[in-house]
Amino acid sequence: MNPEHAPLIEMKNIEKHFGSVIALAGVSVEIYPGECHCLLGDNGAGKSTFIKTMSGVHRPTSGEILFEGRPMRFDDPRDAIEAGIATVYQDLAMIPLMSVSRNFFMGNEPLKKVGPLKFFDHALAAEVTMSEMRKMGINLRGPDQAVGTLSGGERQTVAIARAVHFGAKVLILDEPTSALGVRQTANVLATIDKVRKQGIAVVFITHNVRHALAVGDRFTVLNRGKTLGTAQRGQITPDELQDLMAGGQELVALEDSLGGTV
Amino acid sequence: MSETPTVAVTDDERVKEMSAFRKALIRPELGGICGTIIVFTLFLLFAHDSGMFNSQGIMNWSVVSAQFMIIAVGACLLMIAGEFDLSVGSMIGFAGMMIAIFSVTLGWPVWMAILVTFALCIAIGALNGYIVVRTGLPSFIVTLALLFILRGFTIYLPQTIERKTIIGGVADAAQGDWLAALFGGKVLTGLFSWLGEAGLIETFERGTRAGQPVVDGIPMLIVWALGLVVFGHVLLTRTRFGNWIYASGGDAQAARYVGVPVNRVKILMFMFTAFCATVFATCQVMEFGSAGADRGLLKEFEAIIAVVIGGALLTGGYGSVIGAALGALIFGVVQQGLFFAGVESSLFRVFLGIILLFAVVLNTYIRRMITGER
Repeated sequence: MNPEHAPLIEMKNIEKHFGSVIALAGVSVEIYPGECHCLLGDNGAGKSTFIKTMSGVHRPTSGEILFEGRPMRFDDPRDAIEAGIATVYQDLAMIPLMSVSRNFFMGNEPLKKVGPLKFFDHALAAEVTMSEMRKMGINLRGPDQAVGTLSGGERQTVAIARAVHFGAKVLILDEPTSALGVRQTANVLATIDKVRKQGIAVVFITHNVRHALAVGDRFTVLNRGKTLGTAQRGQITPDELQDLMAGGQELVALEDSLGGTV
Repeated sequence: MSETPTVAVTDDERVKEMSAFRKALIRPELGGICGTIIVFTLFLLFAHDSGMFNSQGIMNWSVVSAQFMIIAVGACLLMIAGEFDLSVGSMIGFAGMMIAIFSVTLGWPVWMAILVTFALCIAIGALNGYIVVRTGLPSFIVTLALLFILRGFTIYLPQTIERKTIIGGVADAAQGDWLAALFGGKVLTGLFSWLGEAGLIETFERGTRAGQPVVDGIPMLIVWALGLVVFGHVLLTRTRFGNWIYASGGDAQAARYVGVPVNRVKILMFMFTAFCATVFATCQVMEFGSAGADRGLLKEFEAIIAVVIGGALLTGGYGSVIGAALGALIFGVVQQGLFFAGVESSLFRVFLGIILLFAVVLNTYIRRMITGER
């Protein structure tokens, strides 16, 4: 993170109520360009609601969102995507039955004009897909290979590459590693690192402290709809982070009996 | 592909090399192509002398196949977009009846009757789609309701207005109408009479039409069928909208997240299906010169069967218009071929059931191959 930069996104005192349920009770977070901001929290802490507010799926009940210094209101996710906020959802990143190149350009299909008609430019789509995938270290049999044949980690990587290719300034990753094995997780974390170095802000949602510490610059912990503060890298130990997430006491007792393996 | 060992090393070792055979197998049209070859081979072997393959016979099964094709194209695109329309058959009956009521009972010019019917039916298609995307209910149940509603009106209206369930006289009303000719006319009549004169196709030997060819042109129905197949295929595989159709059916939520207007795509596909049903109905009314309350019965299922034989998945997101057209061809050839071969026509249903079951099992297997599920 670079403190001289102005924050890309400022979320101020965001509250979100669903009927009588208070999902977010005043959360404030700032996201800077080029940082990997980890959003940690246990299940039900409000992580998903928070990022959905950021990506235009939900409108906050109260609170202010500033994007590049200006207040913003997204009516639907498409507005957010156009502004440069891309979200990669864990299991909804890709459509397995479709080819990698069709997936890559889904919603942003390249067009080629033939007379008055516009057609999908398959040649360009194939070329760009292959070169982008190579950059991310994925070797495809061909651009028409179905996404269903890729592993979970590769699918996440394709989705990340897609978001970056289409000019995302903020990349929100919703638990990209939670369903992955060790090696695939390492690949995704390496991808996050590459993306961050291009100056893109990455918001990395996870409940795995080790994954967060591997790539995170700053860490915000959510608990029961509230933030427990943001910590810089190096200012916090894994144990402290774990405790913050779990809300302290109970886990400490449990951890002793488990011999510190949690 | 990977001929050099270096590439092979960096390849993901879990993705197996795919043989050319498996590659061909995951093309959605494969089942349709194989089926077509098998069906034609069988009928050429067992019914070649039955008149099935003279000009009249060919025209006979071509027309029936073209009918199936028209509704199969609509059903195919809609199924790939992840929805069904069970109201197609009732829509055919309803559209035909509306044309007859407008032109015969109300005495409107036929072109106006046709245009108003198209507008009305496409609006009903849009309503189908709107209810489905708004409520999130399965399209199966929503369009089942429309199946009954439309069929009910198709019987009620002529009975109330004309006290009968078949309205005739459309042919007389359509004489010389420019739009009616677009659905009921024939093209290439000059070519066919030349072929007849040249002795290349059969001509009538006796009667008032002696010397004229038995088949005097290509019915507009076939032109519509081929036109719709080409349009559907290009739309699906070569345009941005086609990609959205695949995406909407493959995973609507994932498509929404990247900005695909899924609801709009689905509603438009319902409208297109209604359009195809109305084309079918208009051609039929112009051919018969009348509209009957029972027209189009069970057509929705026949369309879906043709699409499934053509390799589309019932769950959406995968399929091919060419496949669906071949499915329709198989359907038409077998239905008429059994008649030519002198086989009891009820056996056609047995055949249909068996081939449907076979196609669905094959499609499920193919999907597992594409997505790598077990």
